[in-house]
Amino acid sequence: MIKNTKKAQKNYILSLENVSISYGKNEAVKNVFCNFKQGDITSLIGPSGCGKSTVLRSLNRMNDLIPNCSLKGTVLFDGTNIYDKRIDPVEVRRKIGMVFQQPNPFPKSIYENIAFGARINGFTGDMDELVESSLKKAALWDECKDKLDESGYSLSGGQQQRLCIARTIAIEPEIILMDEPCSALDPISTLKIEETMHELKKNYTIIIVTHNMQQALRVSDMTAFFNAIAFDDGFDGKVGYLAEFNTTKKIFNSPKEKTTQEYISGKFG
Amino acid sequence: MNSLYYQKRLSRNIGDKFFTSLSVICALIAILPLIFLVTYILYKGGSQITPELFTLEPNPPGDDLDAGGINPALIGTLIITTIASIIAIPVGVGGGIYLAEYSKGGAFSRFIRFGVNVLAGVPSIIAGVFIYALIVSTKILFGSMYSGLAGGMALSILMLPTVIKTTDEGLKLVPNELRYASLGVGASMYTTILKVTLPSAFRSIATGVVLGIARAAGETAPLIFTALFSYYYITGFGDLFYEMGSLAVLIYNFALEPYDAQNKLAWAASFILVLSILSVNIFSRILAAFNEKTKRV
Repeated sequence: MIKNTKKAQKNYILSLENVSISYGKNEAVKNVFCNFKQGDITSLIGPSGCGKSTVLRSLNRMNDLIPNCSLKGTVLFDGTNIYDKRIDPVEVRRKIGMVFQQPNPFPKSIYENIAFGARINGFTGDMDELVESSLKKAALWDECKDKLDESGYSLSGGQQQRLCIARTIAIEPEIILMDEPCSALDPISTLKIEETMHELKKNYTIIIVTHNMQQALRVSDMTAFFNAIAFDDGFDGKVGYLAEFNTTKKIFNSPKEKTTQEYISGKFG
Repeated sequence: MNSLYYQKRLSRNIGDKFFTSLSVICALIAILPLIFLVTYILYKGGSQITPELFTLEPNPPGDDLDAGGINPALIGTLIITTIASIIAIPVGVGGGIYLAEYSKGGAFSRFIRFGVNVLAGVPSIIAGVFIYALIVSTKILFGSMYSGLAGGMALSILMLPTVIKTTDEGLKLVPNELRYASLGVGASMYTTILKVTLPSAFRSIATGVVLGIARAAGETAPLIFTALFSYYYITGFGDLFYEMGSLAVLIYNFALEPYDAQNKLAWAASFILVLSILSVNIFSRILAAFNEKTKRV
């Protein structure tokens, strides 16, 4: 383990300190300072192109997979900079799991979908029990307990997404990142996922990107509003920044910034 | 006002008919060689098929009316193709994995892609001459010159581009979301490739490998320089280091003989070769069709 370079601030499981992310020479997000508290659900909202997904992917080094993507600044996870040269991104992703926009189960059985991650993480306990408990936590157990051998693709879109959540829970991460997890789902499936998130909150820290402001209001404790401004060296001619970060209540009831007010009331976005 | 009814005599309609018929005729002409070739070989060779054909050695030309069988050539083709596959499949699949999964589109990977395309266009006889110069004439393989092993190496050069290309393209078809899913649960790059991406692309890779094998099995020119030919049964492992017969070279040798018995044997060997390559091709079509069906909806 790498020694903590800075003393972790109390309860802050994840901190962004002056983070700027660029694709090639174009800056996508600039100078983000942000602290995520343990056990909270934090929403990242904002118009398209403001870099909220980019920021989310930077939190477990998924951006490494995008060619030319580079990050300046520090991302402290439990006081350790995960962008330190000595860090193994595989290890980071085991601690910080991710659920994607499109449900992406493996082309394997439901059981294997969950067992896969646990097995490669060196899980040696009772696999049947882990599969059951993970599916229960993701509120999927009752719907699929009789067909664990069937392909993950045999489930509906909403069920597939909950399978992906169960798969992430099975590796017992500390943080779960969700990138618009409900954007491909119908309202009923969305509701079920939100209920699942409320359950998960007891054990995990969740950071979610969403386009749906009602969803942010329903599920999250904290809300970060990202905005984009015109910028010559930016990506697509603009650059994203963190406009306002506060409790969800304050963001939606009494935002300090004018742009936040305009965005949440639907004037742009 | 013009009538809305179809008028046959209109010049554009006549022209249209003419070009439709012309293209149909061209298409028929294009398929004719295949039909003639297959029926002629089936007719000429099919009548020569006897059980002894598969068990006997070919007799040296000229001494009697009985030409014998093609057993050593048949086994030889199998062995040489197997050696070629053993070399070309791991290297080709590995190279394809590098191109599709690891390379970031830099100069090195562009150079490899270009090189693979060039290699695919190299005439097969050049592959034979190359192995002749490298292996046969230098006696580098434990002092042996012409050998089944050298033949397999020559054929592997011809298989390699097909295998690399189909692996590369098969892997590129695997949706990125699947890779993210695997990496997102903390899998390393190599676990992801081995357990998730490769199995997803397995059938398209297998199709390419089978097509590569089918191409290599029918090659003659590279084998003339490397494996040469043998009349004798393959009896043991040591025979790998000596001249080895193959169907293609048997056809080449015996079709040119002035004796009728040998010519008939060549026809019989052609029949077997065409039939096996045809069935391998059909097998690869079935694999590919199965692949379509199981694709993600």
